[in-house]
Amino acid sequence: MNIIVCIKQVPETTEVRINPETNTLIREGVKSIINPFDMYAIEESIRLKEKFGGKVTVITMGPPQADAALREAISLGADEGVLVCDRAFAGSDTWATSYTLAGAIKKLGEFDLILCGKQASDGDTAQVGPGISTHLDIPQVTYVKKIEEVKDKIMRVERMLEEGFEVIETPLPALLTVVKEINEPRLPSLKGMMRSKQAKIASFAQKDLNLDPQNIGLCGSPTQVVKIFTPPQRTGGQILTGEIPEIAEKLVNLIKDEVH
Amino acid sequence: MDYLLSDEQKMVQELARKIAVEKIRPVAAKYDQTEEYPWDVIKVIADAGLFGLFIPEAYGGMGINVLNLCLATEELSRACGGIAVCYAASALGTFPIVLFGSEDQKKKYLPDLASGKKVAAFAVTEPEAGSDASAIKTTAKKDGEYYILNGLKHFITNGGDAETYVVIAMTDKTKGARGASAFIVEKGTPGFTFGKKEDKFGIRASSTRELIFTDCKIPKANLLAKEGMGFIVTMRTFDMSRPGVAAQALGIAQGALDLSVKYAKERHQFGKPISSFQGIQWMIADMATEIEAARGLVYSTARMVDAGKTGVSKESAMAKMYASDVAMKVSLDALQIFGGYGYMKDYPIEKYVRDAKITQIYEGTNQIQRNIIALQVIKETAK
Repeated sequence: MNIIVCIKQVPETTEVRINPETNTLIREGVKSIINPFDMYAIEESIRLKEKFGGKVTVITMGPPQADAALREAISLGADEGVLVCDRAFAGSDTWATSYTLAGAIKKLGEFDLILCGKQASDGDTAQVGPGISTHLDIPQVTYVKKIEEVKDKIMRVERMLEEGFEVIETPLPALLTVVKEINEPRLPSLKGMMRSKQAKIASFAQKDLNLDPQNIGLCGSPTQVVKIFTPPQRTGGQILTGEIPEIAEKLVNLIKDEVH
Repeated sequence: MDYLLSDEQKMVQELARKIAVEKIRPVAAKYDQTEEYPWDVIKVIADAGLFGLFIPEAYGGMGINVLNLCLATEELSRACGGIAVCYAASALGTFPIVLFGSEDQKKKYLPDLASGKKVAAFAVTEPEAGSDASAIKTTAKKDGEYYILNGLKHFITNGGDAETYVVIAMTDKTKGARGASAFIVEKGTPGFTFGKKEDKFGIRASSTRELIFTDCKIPKANLLAKEGMGFIVTMRTFDMSRPGVAAQALGIAQGALDLSVKYAKERHQFGKPISSFQGIQWMIADMATEIEAARGLVYSTARMVDAGKTGVSKESAMAKMYASDVAMKVSLDALQIFGGYGYMKDYPIEKYVRDAKITQIYEGTNQIQRNIIALQVIKETAK
């Protein structure tokens, strides 16, 4: 089974602070790690490889230092790493990112499965995985909590819902995004760490991929960040009492007041 | 302090630290309380490949490197001295086979020990033979193609949980120390059973049991080296393993310091964190300095062993004695910084005091270490 895992390097802390003047993350002094949700995707890919054989290729788009994230994935058992890195890709939103990653995956050639974490811990959009599958025109199953069976190029998985789960069969190749319930990621091994240090990381730039300039980087990104702020702490709220029609009327009036 | 570690040594340190923080710290109190053998953590350490650090590459290991073993043991001990000793005791039980095993013995036993599929134990101590190892009473009588073992070993770390044991027994009592021999004994051999499991003050995650040999028939092929080599096997093994005990003590000391500094910054009295008081600061300064001095001694000794220097008994003894005395003092001072809370089992610091104590006792009491050091110093000046 030929598996591609898409990962992202993110700041370690869950309490990222934002510079109020520039609306950007304060990255100084914050260690970079592999997006925690992606660790489950990496682990699942290694388990599938151990079961069915094949190859795991880890891919990330980011600055040159994202090389460390790829090497960490290799220390866990991935075979190869690909860094999609170019100034032309800077400022990409989820559209441009998924378009660019899909372009890099096309260049890699044949594959059976793409795995992604359900979302990144910094952006929290959960859009890049589904975006890649759309650009590649392959089926997607999001929030997968278990891979039940793989047989004759068909995969049966359990997809988490707010209450319970659904069982979905998809032809391969397909893209799955996985949730933390799917497995418990392993720690690296010493041999894996040594291998990762010597591993050669392939690097793809715009000249290698020849992507549509209108769809990459900042100018290929339809998303505009208007404002970033820390949401105010939720206060106690207000409890309306009385008969239901009475409460409804009070509520409508309150909303009206709020709007004005 | 920068010890100019190689990339490989830094990897070992980083990996062991990761295991300590993510897999050991959350369960340390549980195993301390239940006294169960920490198989789940042992499996993590095995999967990481750390059991390969004391076994040559030809037998599935990473090559013998005592400094690597020390770095791993130190980091694991920062989180739990008990779990760390399960690991270090396997190294202790493996060294005799690595150092003195025949090609067949190495091929048979080392791969499973390198992968961590099995753990090892080393059995010298007996009720009447502690510091005086020459008082060993367990006998091994030659009988055709076999040796028949009879006797009792006690205080054996990993006893009962290990699969592979190296046992010192007397093949010729008339020759005294030169009459001892070393044997590999597998768990499950008829006539080899386990006695009571000790209820210990500290390192409670590790198992300590009696080994009982009753007409236990061992194939001749399980004799290590030659008859009469038992004490040489023991001494050479301890030369290799003592830096590991020193590293365990070092890790306990560092772990206690880490906790107490964190606590001192969080605990407020008189409107200030107690870390702002000079009385606490001076304790922290002494603790940190003594730990660094111990670390220098431990790493330097390990490097001497790795460089193939022989006659490292003095340095080994110094490292073990000093690091364990530092662990005892530092853990007690760390508890003092925690004040009344430190005395309570709800806080993790009292465990460090209990775990530290054994490092002054086992693998040769610190009094025996001082004998070794003094004799060597006197001998050197006589030249």
